[in-house]
Amino acid sequence: MDFTFTEDQQLLADSVATFLHREVTPERIRASWEGEGSDTRLWQQLVELGLPAMLVPEEHGGLGMNELDFIQIAQECGRVALAEPLVEMAMIATPMLAQLAAGSQPCARVLQQIAAGEARVAIGHPLNPAVADAGIADWLLLASGREVHLVPSDAATLIRQDSVDPSRRLYTPEWDRTAPTYRVAGEEAGAAAWCAALNRGAVLNAALLLGLAQGMVAQSVTYAGDREQFGRPIGANQAVKHHMANCAVQAEFARSPIYRAAYAVAQDPARAHIAASHAKLAAGEAALLAAKNAIQVHGAMGYTWECNLHIWAKRAWALEKNWGDAGFHQERLHAWLLEDTTDIGAEHTFDYPAPEALDSAA
Amino acid sequence: MDLNYTPEQNALREEVRQWLADKVPAQPLQSFDTKEGFEQHRQWEKTLAEGNWGMVTWPVEYGGRGCDLIQWLIFEEEYYRAGAPLRVNQNGIFLLGPTLMEYGTAQQKERFINAMASGEEMWAQGWSEPGAGSDMAAIRSTAIREGEEYVINGQKIWSTRAVFADWVFCIFRTDPASSRHQGLSFIFVPLDAPGVTVRPIAQLDGLPGFAEIFFDDVRVPVANRLGEENQGWRIAMSTAGFERGLMLRSPARFQQTAKRLVELYRQHRDEVLDLSVADAVVKAYMGAQAYALSTYQTASKLMKGGKIGAEASLNKVFWSELDQQMHETALSILGARAELLPHAPAAGAVGNWLDGFLFAQSGPIYAGTNEIQRNIIAERLLGMPR
Ligand SMILES: Cc1cc2nc3c(=O)[nH]c(=O)nc-3n(C[C@H](O)[C@H](O)[C@H](O)COP(=O)(O)OP(=O)(O)OC[C@H]3O[C@@H](n4cnc5c(N)ncnc54)[C@H](O)[C@@H]3O)c2cc1C
Repeated sequence: MDFTFTEDQQLLADSVATFLHREVTPERIRASWEGEGSDTRLWQQLVELGLPAMLVPEEHGGLGMNELDFIQIAQECGRVALAEPLVEMAMIATPMLAQLAAGSQPCARVLQQIAAGEARVAIGHPLNPAVADAGIADWLLLASGREVHLVPSDAATLIRQDSVDPSRRLYTPEWDRTAPTYRVAGEEAGAAAWCAALNRGAVLNAALLLGLAQGMVAQSVTYAGDREQFGRPIGANQAVKHHMANCAVQAEFARSPIYRAAYAVAQDPARAHIAASHAKLAAGEAALLAAKNAIQVHGAMGYTWECNLHIWAKRAWALEKNWGDAGFHQERLHAWLLEDTTDIGAEHTFDYPAPEALDSAA
Repeated sequence: MDLNYTPEQNALREEVRQWLADKVPAQPLQSFDTKEGFEQHRQWEKTLAEGNWGMVTWPVEYGGRGCDLIQWLIFEEEYYRAGAPLRVNQNGIFLLGPTLMEYGTAQQKERFINAMASGEEMWAQGWSEPGAGSDMAAIRSTAIREGEEYVINGQKIWSTRAVFADWVFCIFRTDPASSRHQGLSFIFVPLDAPGVTVRPIAQLDGLPGFAEIFFDDVRVPVANRLGEENQGWRIAMSTAGFERGLMLRSPARFQQTAKRLVELYRQHRDEVLDLSVADAVVKAYMGAQAYALSTYQTASKLMKGGKIGAEASLNKVFWSELDQQMHETALSILGARAELLPHAPAAGAVGNWLDGFLFAQSGPIYAGTNEIQRNIIAERLLGMPR
């Protein structure tokens, strides 16, 4: 039993964090809102760091790492509110391709391209109403019923769906669902793949949400130290302190469930339902509270477009509802926990329910 | 990261489980806030000590097993799983014991540790005073040196289990000219010493769970002082204190409460009309689970040489408010029956939820109120201005 990251995992996360904090500035994020909506140079830098290739298996030219290796990086992406679709592409779409690659040549080929930094893949999970970053992707992983289709993006018609978060570039795709070359998994294999993708999506987005919460608290603490009223910093007032302390408590007790869920997903994503849902719920709640309290602590400034805070807050509001909203994940926990046969208690901290005992929500 | 128990850890779990299955009293003991209940619990501490299970993290030479924090967590899980009695000896085991080991002289260790471990001598903690609650540095009771003795005058309050305990460890002002954190010393006083008056205070459940202690020219030898004179504050707040912050409330306690809550809900689900209750039950489970995971994470970190400091305040706020939330939810499930004491003829199987609910109201107050903890989080963890 050892609930710590390895030295390698920590070093990697720290060095990526340093890079992100240096490169991903609010100015740069705002600049990406203009025009095509992608910072090509930044993506190139992420490729040079090897991040998109991390979860590509070695036999397809990647680094063969797993979700646990990446989870703290996802958190750092949230902390800086990275607008580039690194987490969805590298952490959710890529492992799904890897899962299907044994039975699908096209998936294997796209994995090679990802490893070489030549392709980007957007993913349209049936639970999410739109596909993020489809406009800059080369490939789209799409659901037709439970089948999985791998569609070249220029073969799809993309309808833009504007989000409250200008960093989120959403589309609904239309494509020829009958074209046999697109289908990379049928109903059965597809259901399993979408289910695993959902658990990954929930955990990785939980990490993003936690990072977003931490980012908002950090900005608010700085602001509350600088801004003065009544002749002293507003942060010296206890009401302001306690707003922030409450955020810190929520964030802290989302952290371990997220790491635990990343471990579960790395071991077997199809068994990770409960851990993933717990992580997503806890992180979602922490992020919503952080957004609300951060705005409050900024006063009217927090209600402006000019203040950078909304870059984080809007992302939090959006992601909290994606990859299964609170109702979806609560429902999963209800169905499992309140069932008469479920064993819980002090000796079961690390036990996992068998997947048969759970809904196959996907 | 490896979230599997080793064969040795599993073997320890099995051993603890077996031992507890043999020894845990079949009938629940009476409350330790009664005279008889206190003695029953004292007896239980003796049984634990005889099996060397009294304080598993203590070194072998003091009757412990030298367990690491993960082993401690396993022990605690089994302890609460077995429904074993609450630890009447808590002040000794978790608070004074480790402090004695760090700061005590050889004679003090020899004199006090074994008697504490066996339950022979029970300890109360005497820090708070009427004028020094959250602001502990406002302590005014004095211990004035006269030759090889201290002469103690003043008053302590809210001292848990002092009504039946044998000794109290206190913080007194040894330098009368001093103020605030300076000039305080850490001193042991036998509760039967001449000049000591213990006045019981009834808690919300009507039982004398804590007491006022009056000191009227009480004389104790200088050898009863722990650490240097006028260094009491530092000892009380020592690093060991933060680790105690980890151990004060083990997650197993809340996991078992969550389990009982889930069972209560399953049993009554058809009668519960409040739609928010099912969510609250799930939330309670998630809270207990999050606290357990977080503690495993902290324990792993500490075992690799990491430290915890003000993070302990995050724990305190979390578990105490979780405990309230769980008991509030239980009373919601019980509905109008919730107010009935277990012996009321119409109470049916209300269990001891009401008792737990009353006690949960004190969690955000003792061991540093949650407002003070939030100040610490904001100032020391987040770096906000004082
Ligand atoms: C069940 C129980 C057992 C206890 N056992 C012991 C024991 O064994 N030994 C012992 O020495 N003590 C014990 N205590 C006492 C405990 O440590 C004190 O109650 C606690 O420190 C608070 O002090 P107080 O009760 O005087 O409240 P006060 O300090 O008067 O506080 C009252 C309220 O004001 C708030 N407040 C005070 N100062 C501030 C501030 N600066 N900022 C914001 N809010 C503030 C508090 O948070 C609280 O809500 C026990 C208490 C309880 C309830």
